[in-house]
Amino acid sequence: MSQIFPRSANALARASLAGVLSLIAVLGWVVFTLMRSSWVTKQHEFVEQPVQFSHAHHVGGVGLDCRYCHTSVEKSAFAGIPPTKTCMNCHSQLWTNAPILEPVRASFRNDTPLSWTRVHDLPDFVYFNHQIHVRQGVGCVTCHGNVDKMPLMYQAAPLLMEWCLDCHRAPEKYLRPREQVFNMAYQPPGGDRPVEYGGESYADQLALGLRLKRDYNISSLEHMTSCSVCHR
Amino acid sequence: MTLADIRTRLASLEGRAYWRSLEELSDTPEFREYLHREFPAQASEFNDPAGRREFLKLMGASLALAGVSACTRQPEEKIIPYVRQPEEIIPGRPLFYATAMPLGGYAFPLLAENHMGRPTKLEGNPEHPASLGGTDLFSQTSVLTLYDPDRSRTVVGDGEVRTWGTFVNVLQAATMSRRPIKGQGLRLLTGPVTSPSLIDQIEKLLSGMPEAKWHQWDAVFGARQGGAPAALPICRFDKADVVVALDADFLGTGPGMVRYNKDFASRRRITTPETELNRLYVVEPVTTITGAKADHRLAMKARDVHGFAAALASAIGVAGLPASTAAAQVAPWLTAVAADLNKHRGRSLVVAGDTQPAAVHALARAMNEALGNVGATVTYHAPIAASPADGTASISELVADMQAGRVDVLVIFGGNPVFTAPADLNFAEALKKVTVRVHLDLYHDETAELCQWHVPEAHFLESWGDARAFDGTVSLIQPLISPLYDGRTALELLAVMNGMVESSAMDLVKDYWTRAFAGQTSTVWSLRSADGAPYASPEAFWRHALHDGFVPSTSAIAPPAAGHAAAAPARTPSSPTAAAAATAAPGAGATAGRAGGAPATPPAAAGLAAPAPAAQTGMEIIFRPDPNILDGRFANNGWLQELPKPLSKVTWDNVAYISPKTAEFFSIPIARVGNGANDVIEIRYQGRTARMPVWVLPGTADDVVVVHFGYGRRRAGRVGTGIGVDTFGLRTSKAPWFDGGAEIVRTGESYLIASTQNHFAMEGRHPVRAVDAAEYRKDPKVVAALGHEAPPKTMTLYPVFEYTGHKWGMSIDLNSCTGCGVCVAACVAENNIAVVGKDQVSRSREMHWLRVDTYFEGDPAAPAATHHQPVPCQQCETAPCEVVCPVAATVHNDEGLNDMVYNRCVGTRYCSNNCPYKVRRFNFLLYSDFHTPELMAQRNPDVTIRSRGVMEKCTYCVQRINEARIDAKTTGDPIKDGVIKTACEQACPADAIVFGNLNDPESRVVKLKQQERNYGLLEDLNTRPRTTYLAVVKNPNPEVK
Repeated sequence: MSQIFPRSANALARASLAGVLSLIAVLGWVVFTLMRSSWVTKQHEFVEQPVQFSHAHHVGGVGLDCRYCHTSVEKSAFAGIPPTKTCMNCHSQLWTNAPILEPVRASFRNDTPLSWTRVHDLPDFVYFNHQIHVRQGVGCVTCHGNVDKMPLMYQAAPLLMEWCLDCHRAPEKYLRPREQVFNMAYQPPGGDRPVEYGGESYADQLALGLRLKRDYNISSLEHMTSCSVCHR
Repeated sequence: MTLADIRTRLASLEGRAYWRSLEELSDTPEFREYLHREFPAQASEFNDPAGRREFLKLMGASLALAGVSACTRQPEEKIIPYVRQPEEIIPGRPLFYATAMPLGGYAFPLLAENHMGRPTKLEGNPEHPASLGGTDLFSQTSVLTLYDPDRSRTVVGDGEVRTWGTFVNVLQAATMSRRPIKGQGLRLLTGPVTSPSLIDQIEKLLSGMPEAKWHQWDAVFGARQGGAPAALPICRFDKADVVVALDADFLGTGPGMVRYNKDFASRRRITTPETELNRLYVVEPVTTITGAKADHRLAMKARDVHGFAAALASAIGVAGLPASTAAAQVAPWLTAVAADLNKHRGRSLVVAGDTQPAAVHALARAMNEALGNVGATVTYHAPIAASPADGTASISELVADMQAGRVDVLVIFGGNPVFTAPADLNFAEALKKVTVRVHLDLYHDETAELCQWHVPEAHFLESWGDARAFDGTVSLIQPLISPLYDGRTALELLAVMNGMVESSAMDLVKDYWTRAFAGQTSTVWSLRSADGAPYASPEAFWRHALHDGFVPSTSAIAPPAAGHAAAAPARTPSSPTAAAAATAAPGAGATAGRAGGAPATPPAAAGLAAPAPAAQTGMEIIFRPDPNILDGRFANNGWLQELPKPLSKVTWDNVAYISPKTAEFFSIPIARVGNGANDVIEIRYQGRTARMPVWVLPGTADDVVVVHFGYGRRRAGRVGTGIGVDTFGLRTSKAPWFDGGAEIVRTGESYLIASTQNHFAMEGRHPVRAVDAAEYRKDPKVVAALGHEAPPKTMTLYPVFEYTGHKWGMSIDLNSCTGCGVCVAACVAENNIAVVGKDQVSRSREMHWLRVDTYFEGDPAAPAATHHQPVPCQQCETAPCEVVCPVAATVHNDEGLNDMVYNRCVGTRYCSNNCPYKVRRFNFLLYSDFHTPELMAQRNPDVTIRSRGVMEKCTYCVQRINEARIDAKTTGDPIKDGVIKTACEQACPADAIVFGNLNDPESRVVKLKQQERNYGLLEDLNTRPRTTYLAVVKNPNPEVK
């Protein structure tokens, strides 16, 4: 009886084995890359808003403090989105006829709230808390980017869990003195521009970070990477 | 398996034998099989009709797609800020407001948690004397009723949707037309009322129309058999060393239950083996949660309680009684009780139950007077509820008048009399003879169906009002949210009848108290702050009272700190009662000893000589409201429906309790298999019949059938309609609580009851430990000796973790726990726990993170004791669940919490298999309601809502821990002991649960765990549970044989 499969079938079988394995690998790579792509994370994506509010103008230009609008950032998990009244504090006097502000005036007139689209949207099983982060020396810029240079708001960081953990595992890489949390222009210490803190001058972020970690009584690595700190 | 077989088996066991159910005792092979399956009854079987091959194909496809689904983009989310933000609101932080829940007319004081205008959770008001921070089942679950999508939403007139304005015109026209004839034909029907502003409005209406009448009915709180007691006793269980309860469930029912639990538990709490405990004797026909706490309990027919009370009174030397002796078999018991009472003169207390006739109450009072307890452990007051007395007499009078055509206009303020009125009255037929019928209620129920006009009632969380607590303390009700469905309160309706159309509910309440401040109301109130100082202005008083939720000086019992004479403030509250009784319902107020100008402490002698209820023969039928849904008013509340009822652990149904002996007499099997079928019996009583499933409950008196009413609603809503059996058909105005002459017949049918009694059993490994006080005093080590020895801490394969920061732990005192289930309800409300329904419960799939196990001790026919054990996740330090999870979805944190990560869980259920305590719950189906918009508003925003295929369990309320930790870090102070309270701890009316930091040597939980009676559940498995228990210490009287 002759052989059913010719000799070349061996090569074919080997090739298809290799092919399947590499297909799985390629698929894995595709999923891995896709998960981190800005298409999924919505990083650097502009979002349609009812009013084209410019942080660049209000923060960078006018010089408003973050807390003028985001009033509860030091007191609550939620930083707070300003009520229409906050806009009208100024805009009842300034640019009172600007067409771009019509939705704001309409909201105030008709007592109907503005409906903003969330830019930094964490999954619902994540319980992020602003209060503790600003208290412990995490600057606004560290997560939100230089909003003072953003004419329209976008998400500066990927907001993936690995991104959170990067800091939770080693907060010293990012901490800054509490007084500098809301400072948009703050620069972490570098060789030529040291940062003064606690009567000492720090030229190295890690040295400063470790000092702040101690001073601010920042929790241990075990605690900061415990699941229930963020998920419950 | 017969009773004799069970007894033989029981005798073969060593030491104290505890058993959860008769099924467990009978230990049949079927039951063992049931027990050994983690999720019984097909829960683990794949029973999809599509078949296995199809299933595998689908699984393959879903596996392939599983990875891809993670790549989906999140949907867009909106942020809607305020236009003008209220000053006090910090977005993301809840606010707490004091308010009160009226139930049976009485106030249950509360603090309501409000998230951005949405009430989500209710807690007890810690400053209010009626709560002291504890709550009851109905307050905990009432927030779900607020958001119930089935609540009535619009005014309905003649079957059509109408406007409030149209209704106002109709009601005013109807009222005005009666004014010239002095209100002839106008009737009001309410439940018991304590609200001063409501009484004021009713008085105002009735003073203009003296012929109009005010009736009261409430199937639970107003029904009376043998008349209403002449005076209202207010008890001090914290001062009583010996308590005798005559069919009185003071821990489980009644307006004072929360405070009574606190006081009673304070005398069951042991700090050292030398602590003196109180002693509780209970005489009752069916085990209540009070009976389950008794040191000595005697099961007795309800009709024999009077005879027992009379004999007891004779034995302790109450003068002026006809000679009476107790039945021979109870005589030694009674002698011992009498001796114990005599030994504790001035420190004892005799209480009579509301289901017992006035004669028993009079006997209890005579005994308290003879023992010198009055003024020490109990004070007697004029009733706090207006024209309270006898709801049964009141509704009988109303129906008689309706039948005779003497009623033209009937306004029903809340309640569902068509469903709940005594069967012999035939309320529904009589109602049809009334020309104008108006009904105000939360639901468009059976009564609404027969009324031309129905007005949606505002839930108490939406309304302004006031009510008085069990001790008379005036409590203010303030809204937490504006009415969802344009609901109105009784007060607003009455204002319309009084011609005050424009007045808002707030104006009406505030106006009353402004007048009260000026002394212009018919009742003169003493309005003072807690330190006894008068308020500067009516506005200052109003703001203060509203903030605190109550007016301390209005309590009938003087606060001891203020140093008032006990009787002085009590005189104040008596007047509205007297005035109302005089003008309102003469028929209702006709009972003995409560004439118009009742003094603060009404005379005692009345009713003493009254004969006992005529001797009755035959089987006794006893009526009890369903412990969870009462007379059906909470039928549409899924939380209450699914909460296992005390002792029987039945959910979603009502059953008839009988004793094991009675069951054997009627050849009803005393042990079921698993969640198999229960026998259905037919109950025949006075030519009326009802068929209902039977439940053999150990501790029930023999020859008694206990019928629970409240089920079988026809128009309750999507949850409550058509479940259970309507037993109101058996309940007559002659005998609303008990009567002889009943018969039961086995029908041969069977019915599936979803009871959680046998779910999640730990198979008799000494889960509950109980000792006697004398034993414990002699050798405190006796508790440890009851279980297996725990292995040494060094005996582990895992590296030892040092908990340096916080180390959370919990202590549960089984001696204070009454098994009421409030902790479970609080847990459900706090942690967004889903309702699964009867079918799923019967498959052991209930989602409660906390269960209360009940253990009986001793002979099934007359259990020596009943113990309750709340079992949440034990937060084991070496948790068996963690090592078996293939995806690390359950891991430890650095504070010792066994974290559950929902977004990692893939649903293998290995963790649950490996959990010796069976405290993990799996979402077999999509139980959480993600779609009903009304229910979304109810959820706690700080807790994830779990989806299908995810395991969940108790987290020690980690959201509360995190909040406290963040706040402590922000201020830089350590977390003080007691700042973090888990939901169960906060709600517990007996303070049985204590949570705290085990690394803080000063914390309460550390001190409790140092006690000798502290033990861990299944400690011998080396799981090192963080939750430990304090053993039960009973205080039996050695004289009782």
